[in-house]
Amino acid sequence: MTDTAPVPVPERRNGSLMTSDRRTARRNAAEKRFRLYGLAAIGVAATALVILLASILAGGLSAFQQTTIQLQVELPAERLDPEGNRIPVEMASVTTFGYAPLLRDAMVATLADAGIETDLDASDLADMVSDESVAQLRNYVLANPEVVGSTIPVEVLASGRIDGYYKGRVTALTAELDRNVDPAQLVLADALKDAGLLETGFNWRFLTWPDASDTRPEAAGLGVAILGSLYMMLIVLCLALPIGVAASIYLEEFAPQNRLTDIIEVNISNLAAVPSIVFGILGLAIFINWVGLPQSAPIVGGLVLTLMTLPTIIIATRAALKAVPPSIRDAALGLGASRMQAVFHHVLPLAMPGILTGTIIGLAQALGETAPLLLIGMVAFVREYPDAPPEGLFDPASALPVQVFNWTQRSDPAFVERASGAIIVLLLFLFLMNLTAIFLRRRFERRW
Amino acid sequence: MSIVKTAVSVSALCALGTAAAARDQVQIAGSSTVLPYASIVAEAFGENFDFPTPVVESGGSSAGLKRFCEGVGENTIDIANASRAIREREIEECAANGVTDIIEVRIGYDGIVFASRQDGPAFDAFTPAQWYQALAAEIPGEDGTMAANPNANWSDVDPSLPDAPILAFIPGTKHGTREVFEEKVLLQGCEDTGAMERMMSAGMDEDGAEEACMSVRTDGSSVDIDGDYTETLARIESDPNGVGVFGLSFYENNTSVLKVATMNDVSPSTETIASGEYPVSRPLYFYIKQAHMDAIPGLREYASFFVSNDIAGPGGPLSDYGLTPDPELSATQDVVASETVMN
Repeated sequence: MTDTAPVPVPERRNGSLMTSDRRTARRNAAEKRFRLYGLAAIGVAATALVILLASILAGGLSAFQQTTIQLQVELPAERLDPEGNRIPVEMASVTTFGYAPLLRDAMVATLADAGIETDLDASDLADMVSDESVAQLRNYVLANPEVVGSTIPVEVLASGRIDGYYKGRVTALTAELDRNVDPAQLVLADALKDAGLLETGFNWRFLTWPDASDTRPEAAGLGVAILGSLYMMLIVLCLALPIGVAASIYLEEFAPQNRLTDIIEVNISNLAAVPSIVFGILGLAIFINWVGLPQSAPIVGGLVLTLMTLPTIIIATRAALKAVPPSIRDAALGLGASRMQAVFHHVLPLAMPGILTGTIIGLAQALGETAPLLLIGMVAFVREYPDAPPEGLFDPASALPVQVFNWTQRSDPAFVERASGAIIVLLLFLFLMNLTAIFLRRRFERRW
Repeated sequence: MSIVKTAVSVSALCALGTAAAARDQVQIAGSSTVLPYASIVAEAFGENFDFPTPVVESGGSSAGLKRFCEGVGENTIDIANASRAIREREIEECAANGVTDIIEVRIGYDGIVFASRQDGPAFDAFTPAQWYQALAAEIPGEDGTMAANPNANWSDVDPSLPDAPILAFIPGTKHGTREVFEEKVLLQGCEDTGAMERMMSAGMDEDGAEEACMSVRTDGSSVDIDGDYTETLARIESDPNGVGVFGLSFYENNTSVLKVATMNDVSPSTETIASGEYPVSRPLYFYIKQAHMDAIPGLREYASFFVSNDIAGPGGPLSDYGLTPDPELSATQDVVASETVMN
């Protein structure tokens, strides 16, 4: 390379190598600056993440705590079982409206027993207990008809505002202005706490109970949403993995290199970039209107998310297959294996960690998706748990991101806490999935 | 070959049970204003009856009615919730798709209130005329010539109002609430101030004048909120001068941060709305497909449970949440019991 333009002759070094000349100093400074830019970029990203996580954790961790009240509820036989036969079918004629006075009386009696005096009237006292309690009590009585006529201890949820008082959401100051809670109720709650009748503990119900209506934020849980998301992920895994892997193996190992496969390749990449709502429109048109699958069902959600995840899995699988050195194939073929044997016995096992990683990342992406579910009726108020699969796949269900979306729209401020709590659960699932992907890659990946 | 075998058997397992079972729960979609009430009723219905809890979707009155009119059959919805009456055009579309027998059920009234931050300026009393003068795009002069709205502060509109810049968060055009706001506040204010008369005497026809009355300024003083009331609340929380349009039930759940203003000196409550004294309210409805009554278990029971005195009457869970009970509830109960369809 002697014919290049004359390079300016660097300054002659005078003196020691230990003292750097101007040019070296400049180059070193440039490198230092670049490192600082990099650090700043990471700093910005990390700060954004920390702020996001901190705000979600600050708002949502309290969803995992719940205040409960211990009541002694008297169950008068003449009211709950007018026929006197203790047959649940007959007793079901007493609706939750018939149980409401029992809880009110129980609240008054409990206070009297504990020696707590209050000026509040009975209906204000009853408002301290969640509306969910009547249903809870009725279900218990119908399941155990023999308790009618006795007095039983019942642990009920405190209402959203009382619960909020122990989480710092409601204070004596805001209670002054709030029409749904009286400051005297908060004083009384403290008295109950001192008497050991009211306590705040870990809230399993948040993970297992179904959604609740706007009047009982304290009873809203993620049970149906978690099941719905689980069902959908199951469908995506069962469909997208085999289809995606089969398509990639064919394209990568068997397909002739021609125009057609080029077009397919380009379109798979294009599909990966299609906005997810488009898949929802497709799902509505094909799976619901044409095939006639039910609305709000995980089967449709799963199929839609499968379509959405396929390109991700195909691209990841093809990359994993490409990464297997040709010498492995050549050796297998050289020993007389058929091409199929070479692929399935040698190439695929080596590509498996990459394929699984791609699949898990695809699943994680599908788990957080709301937009396509909007159109197929899954953004809904669903309270019934779906049955076990396969029948349960056709029952209505909700999904985790959908539950977040729904709760942020509710008017009661207590739902803000629930929504943040649901985000924490969703993030936890995503974190676990990504951790599995990293583990699989570290554990099984081979390098050549 | 074990991988192939596993893959095939797993997908075979997944494909099992493809025969969809008959639907056994009621499917509801529509207005997000009716959603809280519908979910309260659905929840109580599921608790007290042997039928599964109905599935309630939101998405807006128009979207709900559109899906309602898609046809008759198990994979269409049974009930559409609406914060306005069904339109003639929608009835025609329904009929074209075979949805002919529609039962209209009016469940009560929803009040629309004007609220601002507790610690903000003292927005305590409004009249429709003040809102018209604050928000109209153009206001007619004495001779009826239109000029851009000159009011920048509420005190420019009326000296009794606080000296704060006009900043109103009103429902976007896709909301049913917007229609009510335009008709019962802006148009009313336009008539009250005599602006409408001036426009018409200056040669405008009635439709043109009404349209001019209801057109909202676009210079940033009025902000359309296309999301829910939670978004309006967030905007007000970040700007103390903001005044927002809310549903009564939303306001009642957030009285610790919001204070409400009177309209024509009447403060909004379920009582003043029921008596008609509070001017800004609208009826809420749901629509049932008569053809589904026998096909979907629980539909008939859900409809009559919804309008029963225990639920929709005064003191029931719906009125506790902010719905104004329909004074003619017994007539509605008759409509549901006899399954009277619309003409």
